[in-house]
Amino acid sequence: MHIQLNGEPYTLDADLTAADLIAQLGLTGRRVAVEINEEIVPRSQLATTLLAEDDQVEVVHAIGGG
Amino acid sequence: MTFHTDTPFTIAGRDFSSRLLVGTGKYKDFDETGAAIAESGAEIVTFAVRRTNLGQEAGPNLLDVISPSRYTLLPNTAGCYTAKDAVRTCRLARELLDGHNLVKLEVLGDDTTLYPNVVETLKAAETLLADGFDVMVYTSDDPIIARALEAMGCCAIMPLGSLIGSGHGIQNPHNVRLIVEQSNVPVLVDAGIGTASDAAMAMELGCDGVLLNTAIAHAREPLRMARAMKNAVEAGRDAFLAGRMPRRQTADPSSPFAGRING
Repeated sequence: MHIQLNGEPYTLDADLTAADLIAQLGLTGRRVAVEINEEIVPRSQLATTLLAEDDQVEVVHAIGGG
Repeated sequence: MTFHTDTPFTIAGRDFSSRLLVGTGKYKDFDETGAAIAESGAEIVTFAVRRTNLGQEAGPNLLDVISPSRYTLLPNTAGCYTAKDAVRTCRLARELLDGHNLVKLEVLGDDTTLYPNVVETLKAAETLLADGFDVMVYTSDDPIIARALEAMGCCAIMPLGSLIGSGHGIQNPHNVRLIVEQSNVPVLVDAGIGTASDAAMAMELGCDGVLLNTAIAHAREPLRMARAMKNAVEAGRDAFLAGRMPRRQTADPSSPFAGRING
């Protein structure tokens, strides 16, 4: 399955939930926020949100800025 | 000696003792970020939201340095050029901070000036306010736009002093004063502060606070400048409250004429 992850093409080997993807990226427990197709996925729903073909996924975090 | 107490500095229903707000960009490293912010005495600290770098070892997180338990965090929409992107960024920030809904809205016009695009800013503010956000809004020093943003329900109006990161100080103090005098919500100069006297000037104009970043981060000694800014904001506020002396066209001696030895 192919998705867009942070603006880049990304291939999934299996059906994954958003929480699986976060784990695969090594970000479990990190302070990140997830958006799929321009809709927020609340942290409480990451484990029950299945990714679908062509999903546009954004994973963001806090950085320095003014 | 007792002074009249200052009115509280209140943002979205919370009182703060520091009127200096600082950003977290452009520091050498997180150690310097944390130390400079601590030295500034700021209680409200702004940060940006960006895509997580994937495939890299996850390093320290900014939110470990500016802990939400110690500071009131103010996510910003820096880098957004449309209302839509700014709204998405604020919603991501709210998720990042477990429902915290205070944001700094900025929608920029172009990357040369980073001047506010007030048309998109107004649109974004409307959506965010309807969605329950408390919106501190970066805007031009146009009093008519400032009034419109206040009427919509923004909790603080933040006109630029001059272009973001320019260090050119407050280019139109008369407009800033007009905005201060007409506003019933806090007014903060956001952007353009270059050195301590600029911050003091903002406060002497009657602003409720100052938001700055580069002036500290790009000073030769950021920690010393952080302290200078803290003192400048306090000095400027005191000077504003004290009420400056009237200006005169001619000299007025401080020592009495009477009793001079040449009299």
